[in-house]
Amino acid sequence: MFVLAGLLVGAGAAQSPTYKVGRAPTADEVKAWSITIFPDGTGLPEGSGTAAEGKEVYARRCSECHGTTGQGGESSALVGGQGSLASAKPLKTVGSYWPYATTLWDYVNRTMPFHNPGILTDDQVYSVVAYVLHLNEIVGENEEMNRQTLPKVKMPNRDGFINDDRPDVGPKSEK
Amino acid sequence: MGDEESGRNSGESSRRTFLSIGAAVGGALLACSDSGDTPAGDSVKRTGKPPDEYGERSPFEKSVRKGSVSRYPEAGSTRTPLQDSHGIITPSSLHFERHHAGVPLIDPAEHRLLIHGLVERPLILTMDELKTFPSVSRIHFIECSGNSRGEWKPKKGATAQISHGMASCSEWTGVPLSVLLDEAGVKPEAAWLIAEGADACKMHRSLPLEKCRDDVIVAYGQNGEAIRPEQGYPLRLVAPGHEGNINVKWVRRLMLADQPAMGREETSKYTDVLADGKARQFSLTMESKSVITRPSGGQKLPGPGFVEITGLAWSGRGLIERVEVSTDNGATWTDATLQEPRHRIAFTRFRLPWTWDGTPTVILSRATDETGYVQPAVEALVEARGPNSDYHNNGIKSWKIAADGSVTHA
Ligand code: HEC
Repeated sequence: MFVLAGLLVGAGAAQSPTYKVGRAPTADEVKAWSITIFPDGTGLPEGSGTAAEGKEVYARRCSECHGTTGQGGESSALVGGQGSLASAKPLKTVGSYWPYATTLWDYVNRTMPFHNPGILTDDQVYSVVAYVLHLNEIVGENEEMNRQTLPKVKMPNRDGFINDDRPDVGPKSEK
Repeated sequence: MGDEESGRNSGESSRRTFLSIGAAVGGALLACSDSGDTPAGDSVKRTGKPPDEYGERSPFEKSVRKGSVSRYPEAGSTRTPLQDSHGIITPSSLHFERHHAGVPLIDPAEHRLLIHGLVERPLILTMDELKTFPSVSRIHFIECSGNSRGEWKPKKGATAQISHGMASCSEWTGVPLSVLLDEAGVKPEAAWLIAEGADACKMHRSLPLEKCRDDVIVAYGQNGEAIRPEQGYPLRLVAPGHEGNINVKWVRRLMLADQPAMGREETSKYTDVLADGKARQFSLTMESKSVITRPSGGQKLPGPGFVEITGLAWSGRGLIERVEVSTDNGATWTDATLQEPRHRIAFTRFRLPWTWDGTPTVILSRATDETGYVQPAVEALVEARGPNSDYHNNGIKSWKIAADGSVTHA
């Protein structure tokens, strides 16, 4: 019953606001809040960086938890595992598993370093992202990562995902 | 109430606790009929505590959430003690937790929800404004898709808390998401909703827009009061039936887009590697599942005789239609009674009276939901998905009862 009521109100209100609650954000507010980076590069800011530049950022801001080479740290391995996904022990890393390089930019910018996210400048994010990709042998040491080049990086596992097709067991899966 | 008394009660109870889990809890409940001196102990001889502003449970109750120790505790979790639960509601204080960057402290006066992207009228709403919209209250479970992750392995969870405790059930109150979307006016190109939290990792997830029309709630209430900080205070998404992570806590931003964000939690995490190395993504629905909570691992039957087998069943696809229980390791099955009223996408309590004859056996339960989907054996899931499918384990859980009445994982 509740569901119906909600939908009916919703259907009638599709064209104009019903409750006239809240206010419109300013363009600056929306810009400041919008940190989502999409696989096609939408959302990526100006700025750039290379792996060569990112090496230092990584050493200072990341290696204590992720290991000096992106492996063997206390937190997740960021490097390695390519070709392991169909094996008995898949190692899922940025290099072996992540389908989009843009996700790395988005995640590092929004979440890392773990205890003080947000301290990296856009150029530092580009460069540390380039460095992690370089450690995985996906981009060259001096290849510039920016809003044009990053979305074009072809990740090794780009085509490694299928959409949910469950139920995959029982009578329902035999349809 | 002195320590003296609680000490005495728990001492006496150890002889007779019906299902002892080593806590004084059972002792306190049974002591009155058990103590041999006065029928109700000393409580009848003295006045008790005066009324109080915010209640607490009895000091005899010891059931708690438990997590594992981790190097980065802010990216940690705790589990609900399902083995001690009654009925279908999880107390807010015992609702499981899974955080990726700790629990933020948010002043509701400062909190804002931004709705933007492919909408006609981007909106910023305060908490007070959100509460002026029409509201709904519904009972729904939330389950982390990593729940029962350990059950893929031969060494399985010793208690229902360990094996199934990343599922909990609350009554949630808030604004239907559809009301807010209509207020903002979703543009026809929009196909996805990206929800983002105000925690340090700015947790974000993408949800297909067609799923947002059903019954998603932008919730501020949990079990009759404001949502607990660990559950998203002051505002969270409740996306019924979808994996826990989608139910973004501390939600501050809803963005309408023509594509999913493909964020870390929908690519690197919460995806399942199948046998051929391909990974299944956007496995949002939590499939039908059940677990016997009593008798369950870590408990002990006092001896042969009457036992009420009880447990919880749930499905992200709707109502639980049937729960069958086997007391002979799956050879025969009997329908359990389902607690009414049943709610869609909510814990459903089942009960089955049983007489244990004292011989060692294995008990298990399997749930069927309104779509006809029957909870499978873990082996069937492994058969279909391979051995490395990390999340979304809804396999059957069995418990072994030994000759001395002790219950362990089978
Ligand atoms: C204080 C420790 C710490 C530091 C410093 C740190 N990280 Fe992390 N990182 C973590 C933790 C913990 C997680 C897992 C978080 C979770 O569970 O959600 C993580 C996760 C990640 C992931 C996701 C891994 C995956 O496979 O899903 C990436 C990528 C990452 N960090 C990159 C970085 C980069 C780049 C830096 C430096 C700018 C950095 N981290 C600094 C602790 C740290």
